Amino acid sequence: MRKYRTYLWLLLFLGMRAGGNLSLAWGTKHFPQTLAANPLVYLRSMLDPFVAGGIIMLILAMLAQLALLSVADLSFFLPVTSVGYVIAALSGRFFLNEAVSLQRWLAVGLIFAGAVLVSRTPQNTTAAVETAPLEVSE
Amino acid sequence: MKIWFLVVVQIITTAASDLLQSHEMKRVGAQSVSARGMAHMLHLLVERRWLLLSIVSLAISFFAFMALVQIAPLSFAVPASAASFIVETVLAKFWLKEKVGPTRIVGACLVLCGVVLLGQ
Repeated sequence: MRKYRTYLWLLLFLGMRAGGNLSLAWGTKHFPQTLAANPLVYLRSMLDPFVAGGIIMLILAMLAQLALLSVADLSFFLPVTSVGYVIAALSGRFFLNEAVSLQRWLAVGLIFAGAVLVSRTPQNTTAAVETAPLEVSE
Repeated sequence: MKIWFLVVVQIITTAASDLLQSHEMKRVGAQSVSARGMAHMLHLLVERRWLLLSIVSLAISFFAFMALVQIAPLSFAVPASAASFIVETVLAKFWLKEKVGPTRIVGACLVLCGVVLLGQ
């Protein structure tokens, strides 16, 4: 049950993060002013539907992340969610037409490979009493 | 130059935010996947001081990311933020006292290599 819940939050987190990043990138790249230290420029850019949509999706991703951290360790969460780096590279390449060099693909691949390795270890190592019987019964 | 400044600001504030969140949510306990669960989480944000500080940190990180994603490719900006993961794993071990086994260390090293390669 706990495991199922963990992966449900993870899926929600990844989907919202990927969609949010893409929408935000599209919105800011098409925004005429440069985002600098000026808060007014930020506020104005948030009126753009793509920027606003991206922010809403990223807020939902953040709430899913909080929930995820309540059931899983930070050192499980961080590597597993770095699958998002691959998704970001792919969406940059195919939706934003970015030129992604072989070296960058290799870099992203290494990050992903590291993520897969680390994600094969237990989700929670500082676990409270509640989890122990559940983990055994699986 | 501006790109790297934004990357560094983003990494530091992201690491601070994640560590504070994990620290606080562990004390809160497991949350359920539902609309009520989501509402409860919003309530927690107001109630827990460290959680609120982590959100401030996250906000700074986010504005740096917005500026970064405007001038740098998405396929660079997002993987570059993976550098915060290295900082966080070390702090997760020593500050949050999570156990980090050999498989995890090898995995973490691969991620580190990837980030270094991305930076060249």
